[in-house]
Amino acid sequence: MTIMQSFNELVHQRQQRESAKRIRPVETEVTKLDVRNLNFFYGEKQALFDVSMTVAERAVTAFIGPSGCGKSTFLRALNRMNDIIEGAHHNGTVLLEGQEIYAPDVDVVALRKRVGMVFQKSTPFPKSIFDNVAYGPKIAGQRNYKTLSEIVEQSLKRAALWDEVKDRLQDSALALSGGQQQRLCIARALATNPDVILMDEPASALDPASTARIEDLIFELKQNYTIVIVTHNMQQAARISDWTAFFYQGYLIEKDHTQKLFTTPKKKQTEDYITGRFG
Amino acid sequence: MSAPAKLQEPELARRHRIGKVFEWLCCGSTWFGLVVLAVLLVSVLWQALTWPAPKVKPGASGPTVAKAEDSAIPLSKQFFTNYDSRHPRRAGILAPIWGSLWLIGLVALLSVPIGVGSAIYLEEYANEGHFKRLIQINLSNLAGVPSVVYGILGLTAFVRMFGLFGKGGKTLVLNLGFTTLDVPLPFERSLIAGALTLALLVLPTVIVAAQEALRAVPSSIRIASYALGATQWQTIRHQVLPAAMPGIMTGVILALSRAMGEAAPLMMIGALTFIAYCPGEITNVGDIFRNPHGLVDAPFDKFTALPLQVYNWINRPQADYQHVAAAGIVVLLTILLLMNTAAIVIRHKFQKSTRW
Ligand SMILES: Nc1ncnc2c1ncn2[C@@H]1O[C@H](COP(=O)(O)OP(=O)(O)OP(=O)(O)O)[C@@H](O)[C@H]1O
Ligand SMILES: [Mg+2]
Repeated sequence: MTIMQSFNELVHQRQQRESAKRIRPVETEVTKLDVRNLNFFYGEKQALFDVSMTVAERAVTAFIGPSGCGKSTFLRALNRMNDIIEGAHHNGTVLLEGQEIYAPDVDVVALRKRVGMVFQKSTPFPKSIFDNVAYGPKIAGQRNYKTLSEIVEQSLKRAALWDEVKDRLQDSALALSGGQQQRLCIARALATNPDVILMDEPASALDPASTARIEDLIFELKQNYTIVIVTHNMQQAARISDWTAFFYQGYLIEKDHTQKLFTTPKKKQTEDYITGRFG
Repeated sequence: MSAPAKLQEPELARRHRIGKVFEWLCCGSTWFGLVVLAVLLVSVLWQALTWPAPKVKPGASGPTVAKAEDSAIPLSKQFFTNYDSRHPRRAGILAPIWGSLWLIGLVALLSVPIGVGSAIYLEEYANEGHFKRLIQINLSNLAGVPSVVYGILGLTAFVRMFGLFGKGGKTLVLNLGFTTLDVPLPFERSLIAGALTLALLVLPTVIVAAQEALRAVPSSIRIASYALGATQWQTIRHQVLPAAMPGIMTGVILALSRAMGEAAPLMMIGALTFIAYCPGEITNVGDIFRNPHGLVDAPFDKFTALPLQVYNWINRPQADYQHVAAAGIVVLLTILLLMNTAAIVIRHKFQKSTRW
C-alpha cells in the first residue's frame, strides 16, 4: 500500500531526526491531559460524543478528521475557550495533571495561562512586536521592564523569530508577513510560560516555506512543552506528531502512535480516511 | 441577402436623452447646494468684515464721528477681548467664547465616561435579550428627540431640581482638601446646569458611536487575549478600548460639535445673553495660573454661549448688530470646522494604521 508506505517514510525520517537530536523516545510518556467521556453541546446540537483520550506530556499529539468532525471543539474544551461561546455546555471530565479543569474552584484565567493556544488565523494585536509578546506576562502582573524584555527575547528565540525582528521590536506587528505573524502568535503563547500549547491548524494559511518553519518549531518545542495540534494535512501529522487521533462526526474513532495509526489502522474508517478513500 | 443589422433606433436615442437629462438634474442638485452654501458663507464673511454704510438722517449735521474705542471692522482684534456692549461697534465675544469652551469641556467630561461606559456595558457585558433590545431602540429614539425637549428636562431637573431645595435654595459647601467649593443647590442658570443638559443631549449619539467603534474591533482580538489568560476587564482595557479609541474619539468630537452649535436648550434653561463676566473670572489663559480657584468656581457661574449670543445680536434692531452677529457666526463656524477637521484627521490616521 503505497500511501501508507509514504507515511511510514515520513515517520521514519522524523524518528531519525529525533535520535540525531537525542530527544528521548516517546515510549516513556507521562499523561498530561486525561479526558473522560466528554460530551459537548452547542445549545441543542451535540458536537462531541463520549470522547475519552489521554494526551502525553512532552509529545506532539495530532488531531485529524474531516471538516466539522469536532477537532476544534475538542481542542477548545482543553483550555475552556468554549466557555465564551453562548449556549455551549458539556458533561464528562477533563483532567490536567489529575486536576479537573471544569471544577468550580478552577480559575479559567489561571488555566489558560498553563494551557496556551494558537489559532488558525494569526491574530496579532495592533501593537508593537514587543507589546504583543509582553502582553501575557504584563497582564499576569509582571511590571519589571528588564524581566519583560528577557521574556520577550527568550520567547521570540524559541519561536524562531528573534533574528528576523530583533532590530524592530517597536514596529507594528501588523507589518510582519503571515508566517512571521503566526510565529509571533506562538511566541506570544510561549511568553506566558504554559505547559501545554494547543494549535488549531497553525500552518493552514501559510506557504510551504513558512509551514516548514512552523513544523521545525513544533519539533523543537516538544522537548519542553506538550503540544496538541489540529491539522488537515496528514503528511504534516505524520511528519511532526508522536500520537495521532482520528475524529469522525463527533466521535473519536481511533488514537494511536502516529506510525501505527498511519500504517496499521485498526478501524476501517481510519484507513479509508488516510488513504483518501473517503466520501 | 439579409437586411443589414440595425444600428440606429429612434427609441434608443430617446432613452439616452432621458439618461442625459437625469444626469444634468443630479448635477444641478449638487451645485444648487454648493452655490447656496458658498453665497451664504461669502455674505456672512463680507458682513463680518465691514460695517454697514451709515444712514445719513435728513436733519442731522453730518456723519457721526467714530469714537477711538470703536472697532474698524466687526471681526477685529477687539471683538475677541470685549464683552457685549450697548454700542455695536464695541461689542465682543469674550464671554460667549469662554462660556462655549467651558460648556464643551464640561460636556466632554460628563458625556465621555458615561457614554463610553454604557457602550462598553452594552457591547461587552450585557447579554443579548429583550432588555438590551429595549435599550438599543430607546437610544436611537433619544438621539432623534428635538433639543428643546432636552432644554425643558434640563430646566426642571438641573436648573430647578424639581424645587427640592425650597424657594431660596441652599448652598452645599464641599471640602476638597486643598480648597472648599460652594455648590449652589439647585444649580440655577449656571454652566453646570447647561453642561448637564447638553451632555444628556449628546449622550445617545456618543453611546451609539462608541458602540459602533467597539463592534468594529474583531472578536479574534478578544479571543486571542482570553487565550493568553486575560480577564474580561483586562481584554477590554488593553485590547478592545485602544483599538476602538479612534472611532470613539471621532464620534465624541462630532457629538460635541453638535452640542457647541445648540442654542435652543440653553435658551430653555434661561442662560443669559448680556453678560460682562467670564466663568470663574478667567478671561485668558494667564488667569488660570493667577487664580486657580476660578477653575472650580467656574462651573457654578452664570454664562452665555456663542450660538445664544449670535441669536441675541441678530434680534437687535440696529443694523450694526447684524454685522456683529456675522462676526460671531464666523467664529462659531471656524471652531466647528476645526473640530470636524480633527475628527477627520483622527479617522484617517486610524484607517491607515490598522488593518486587521
Ligand atoms: N460556535 C459554534 N456554535 C454552534 N455550533 C458550532 C460552533 N462551533 C462549531 N460548531 C459545530 O460543531 C461541529 C464541530 O465543529 P468544529 O469546529 O469543532 O469542527 P472541526 O473539526 O474543527 O472542523 P474544521 O476542520 O472545519 O475546522 C460542527 O458541526 C460545527 O458546525
Ligand atoms: Mg476547526
